[in-house]
Parts: sequence; structure tokens; C-alpha cells
Amino acid sequence: MKNLIEVQNIKKNYGNKEAVKGISFCVQENEILGLLGPNGSGKTTTIGMLLGLLKPSSGNIFINNLKLEENRIQILEMINFISPYIELPKKLTVKQNLYVYSKLYKVKNIKERIEYLSEKLRITELLESITGELSSGQKNRVSLAKALINEPKVLLLDEPTASLDPEVGDFVRTFLEEYKKEKKISILLASHNMNEVTRLCKSVLMMKNGIIIDKGKPEDLMNKHGRKNLEEVFLKLSRSENEFN
Amino acid sequence: MSLTRIYGLFLRHFYLITRSFPRILDLVYWPTIQITLWGFISNFFATHTTYYNNAVGVILTCAILYDFLFRTSIGFNMLFLEEIWSRNFTNLFIAPMKIGEILTSLVLTALIRSLIGLVPAILLTSPLFGISILELGIFLFFLFLSLYIFGITLGILVSSGLLRFGPSFENIAWSTMFLLAPFGCIYYPIDTLPEVFQKIAYLLPLVYIFEEARNILIYQTVSVENIYIAFSWNLFYFIISIVLFYYSFSAAKNKGTLINMGE
Repeated sequence: MKNLIEVQNIKKNYGNKEAVKGISFCVQENEILGLLGPNGSGKTTTIGMLLGLLKPSSGNIFINNLKLEENRIQILEMINFISPYIELPKKLTVKQNLYVYSKLYKVKNIKERIEYLSEKLRITELLESITGELSSGQKNRVSLAKALINEPKVLLLDEPTASLDPEVGDFVRTFLEEYKKEKKISILLASHNMNEVTRLCKSVLMMKNGIIIDKGKPEDLMNKHGRKNLEEVFLKLSRSENEFN
Repeated sequence: MSLTRIYGLFLRHFYLITRSFPRILDLVYWPTIQITLWGFISNFFATHTTYYNNAVGVILTCAILYDFLFRTSIGFNMLFLEEIWSRNFTNLFIAPMKIGEILTSLVLTALIRSLIGLVPAILLTSPLFGISILELGIFLFFLFLSLYIFGITLGILVSSGLLRFGPSFENIAWSTMFLLAPFGCIYYPIDTLPEVFQKIAYLLPLVYIFEEARNILIYQTVSVENIYIAFSWNLFYFIISIVLFYYSFSAAKNKGTLINMGE
């Protein structure tokens, strides 16, 4: 299997503070890798570096075998991102937003692409609605449509189902599973929802204080730490003092 | 440079403007108020001073020119601030857009925003005050172009600050033009300023632009030298602003401002 994301010993310092202290990992084609860790563990910083929004203090990032530092535009054309902390312009209609981002990503066959995603994500009836007037669940599906508008090879998801009701959350998870299977994309999923991570991820990385303190398949981690679910593993690792540092 | 992407970002702001009547009204309202106010002041001075005796429209023309500068600069900043306020900033900077494409799109959109406000103001001056700014002739184009470049330059400088320091730099965005106005010698000749201020004023293109507008309207003479110097300073500051924007983008990537913007 081909590695679509390859991170080699990246570090990020903010002045004297080390936010990420030299982490390495790979995400293969058709794989969802979970990125777990308590707040302030370095997950957002890591995602920021993968998106080219943050410059690593040292280390290298390769996306589809291209070095990010030297191929920023080419790489940004093949990745996308969704997070509850960023939004689409509220005053524009859903269709206008999708059209604008289709242009920014130089999507061919814009009409067909918007129709395809609208149907898949059940937002066809929302296309003429004002984005700012949508419910959280509707906004989430629209943001997902924007994140898939360029048919990304790599998708970075930061809390993709945060604040969604169980029905919409399940719809999004099922959609992501099917989409990944169909398009063979790589997904890096940062989430605090351990059931979601257990369901979607082939393997997970546990981060704490800027380093990876453990990694493996969810079931292997549960066995290794003698816990019955991933949430308990998470609690054990995040509460442990210096055990893994 | 990709015209498709530039057009795409232009569309984002075009949709925003055309969807909102208050935004269109805001674009037209302030220049109209400004022009009306200064029109009356202009009429007053015309009957009470000798300086403006033969050129009733000088103050009004300068007000229109200054307003164009003000609208262009603020308009550029607004486009940038809109992205921060709508929390769309990260989406924009993870799109495969070159910095040059972002700047080009914002520069063109700012021009259209300014023209939306300027055209009604120009049209109003003739029926209300019997004055036409078009009396400046072909040189009007060069004066507007010069002001446009300087307005954009100020916009890029402020946006660089927003990139580097985040939304906390927003207040500076609103005050830039007010800070520069006294040195611009918009409504009075440069001799009016104290000598120290004159030295500062000569480093700005504004002095040459407004001096030239008065030359044409009051003395009916054209000094190509003023226009040339104004463009030279404009080029100098424009290059500095572009360099600073790239530097700020790089600094923001080191500092993490891009990922936290709008939060």
C-alpha cells in the first residue's frame, strides 16, 4: 500500500515552548488513522503543519510523495480539511459557497460535482439556503461537501461530528466509511469521540505533550492496556504522569 | 497566476455584496454624505475666501478624491476582515491559492467596491453644486489611479499586520487613513503645515496628487512632475507593502496566526 501521508520527525516550537517534539507517522492509501490526545497535546499543531498553515521548526512532511515545503500549491490541490472551528461565509447560499470553492480548487464539471455531492450528502434541498441560517447538522454536511469538492486524496478531519445529534453523526460516519472505500483516500481523524475512532480507524496514534506515547490498532491498544474500550485506554494514557514521557 | 482562482475569490465577495442591500447602501451612503457635507462647506468658503474664489469645486473635488482613497483602502481591509469575521480564513489559506492570486483578487474587488460608491457621488455633484470633477480632464484618470494604488498599498500594509498579529490589529485598519489625512494636504496647500510636518508630507504621494488637483482647478496648469513623483512614491510603497505581506505570511506560518485566526 502506498503512503499518502508521510511525516518524518517534525517538531514545532513557539519560542521556548515545544508544541510538537519530533513525531513520525504514515497514513496509507484507503486508511483512516486516528489522532488522539488530550487538549494541548499537539494534535491541532500537527494538522496545521500538514495543511501548510504552520511551518515545522524541523522535519519533513510528504503528501503523495511530494515534499510539502517545496510543493505547497500542488499538495493543497489534493488535500482538504473540515473542522467545527472554521466555517463557510455565512451570508452566501450553500450553492454559492460550493461554486466559489469549486473555482478556488479549479474543479472541472462544477455543476456535476456539486450535484453529486449534494445528492450523496443530502443537501440538494439546501442549495439555495443561506449558509448562516442552517442547523449544525446541515452546516456540517455542507462543510463536508466543501471539503470533498476537489476530490481530495487526503482528508484531514478535526472533530468532524462534534455537536451533532446521534443520527447526523452516524450519517457522517457512514458516509466517510463509504467514501473512503470508494475513492481509496487517506483520512487523518482527530477526535475525542472514542466510539467514532474505534468504528472508523484502522489504527490510532495517542499524543501527549507533543509526542506520540502509543500507537496501534484500537483492539490491540485495549488488550495491551487491559481496558475494555478505547475511552478507558485514552483516560489511562492521558492521566499517566511521565509513564510514557 | 490562475484567472479561475482570482475570479473565484472575486465571486465570493461579489455574492456577499449583491446579496445584502445594507452593504450596497453602506457603500453608497458614506461617499454621498461626505460629498454633500463638503459641498456645502465648499460653497461657504467660495463666498468667504479669495483662495477659492475662482474655483468653487476645489474642495469638493479634493473631497471626492480623498473619499476614493479612503474607500479603496478601507474596502481592501474589509475584504480581509470579512474572512476573519466569517471564520472562513483557514478555508481560504488551505485552498491552493498563491499569495499573488489572493492579492490580485482583493485588489480588483476593492476597485469595484470603490467605484460603486464613487460613481453616484460624482453624478450628484453636478446637479447639486453645478460642479463636475470631470473638469480635471484626462489627468483625473492619473490622479485616481495614483490614489487607487496608494489606497491598495495601505490596505495591503494593514492586511500584513492582520496576518502577523491577528484580529487585534483590526483597530489599526480603521485608523490608518485618519492618521495620514493631516499629512496628505488634502484641503490645504503644503505651506500650511509646520516645517517638520512638511518634510514628512513630502514623503507621501498624497501631497503631490492633491497639489496637482489644485494646480489644475485653480491655476489651470498641469505639472507632469507632480504626477510622476506621486507615481514614483506609490511604486516605492507598493513594493514595500508586497514584500511585507509575504514576510507577514511567512511569520504567521511560524507563529501559528493562520490557524488561530477568527477564534
